[in-house]
Amino acid sequence: MVIFAILAPLTVAGGLAAVMLRNTVHCALAVAVAFAGLALLFLQLNAQFAGFAQILVYVGAVAILVVFAILLTRSSETPATGVFSKTWLTGLVIAAAVFAVLAWAVLGSRTALPHEQIEPQIAVAQIGYALMGRYVLPLEIVAVLLTASMIGAVIVAMYEKGGAK
Amino acid sequence: MSPLSCYLLVAALLFAVGLAGALTRRNAILVLIGIELMLNAANLNLIAFWRYGPHPEALTGLMFAVFSIAVAAAEAAVGLGLVISIYRHLRTVDLDEISRMKG
Repeated sequence: MVIFAILAPLTVAGGLAAVMLRNTVHCALAVAVAFAGLALLFLQLNAQFAGFAQILVYVGAVAILVVFAILLTRSSETPATGVFSKTWLTGLVIAAAVFAVLAWAVLGSRTALPHEQIEPQIAVAQIGYALMGRYVLPLEIVAVLLTASMIGAVIVAMYEKGGAK
Repeated sequence: MSPLSCYLLVAALLFAVGLAGALTRRNAILVLIGIELMLNAANLNLIAFWRYGPHPEALTGLMFAVFSIAVAAAEAAVGLGLVISIYRHLRTVDLDEISRMKG
């Protein structure tokens, strides 16, 4: 619980900084902190495989992708018109309402939630067997999805021949 | 308070922070970051329920989270590709200024 008390505020602070900072590059770095904190929370929950997948995919790939997109779209300088949209108050009220409902539901179901269990000991070999056995069809579909999205992202972001540039 | 409710509250808070980011920022890239935060909050819920659920050896929640991470990576790649494409057409990623769908 001590580790959780350190990691949870770090993760939430990273997320808050990512949506509130004015400089877009700082936002990308803050979201990387939030992703790393989540990965550590996964490790704390005995989900080593998901934790390292989170580090590889999010801290390694998505954060770099976001930084590249920021630099390619030259949005690193803060616009003079402000960083928040015209309807920011409505968005904030909706987010607060969603959190209130979620927190009310969690706190209301405290007694129904399962209590402390013994720590599950899951070896990576078991995950491999499960991926090749019971979950082989979702695995193949994810492989097709990743290939299709990679080709799609390249086609969407590719310069058109003789286009605007 | 049981550890599971603590994790669920943290996930709810992260989801609300991501939602606030997606709804209030002007920059399209930061809206995508907000969506990624919401997806991650959902993953935290899945893993917390897997860890404290009655049958962790079935690996259901863990597998769901791993597949969700893969789908979120695909979503981020296509989303950022779209943002770059919009920037090339309109010279801006400010969502308040992008008001037409015709290219």
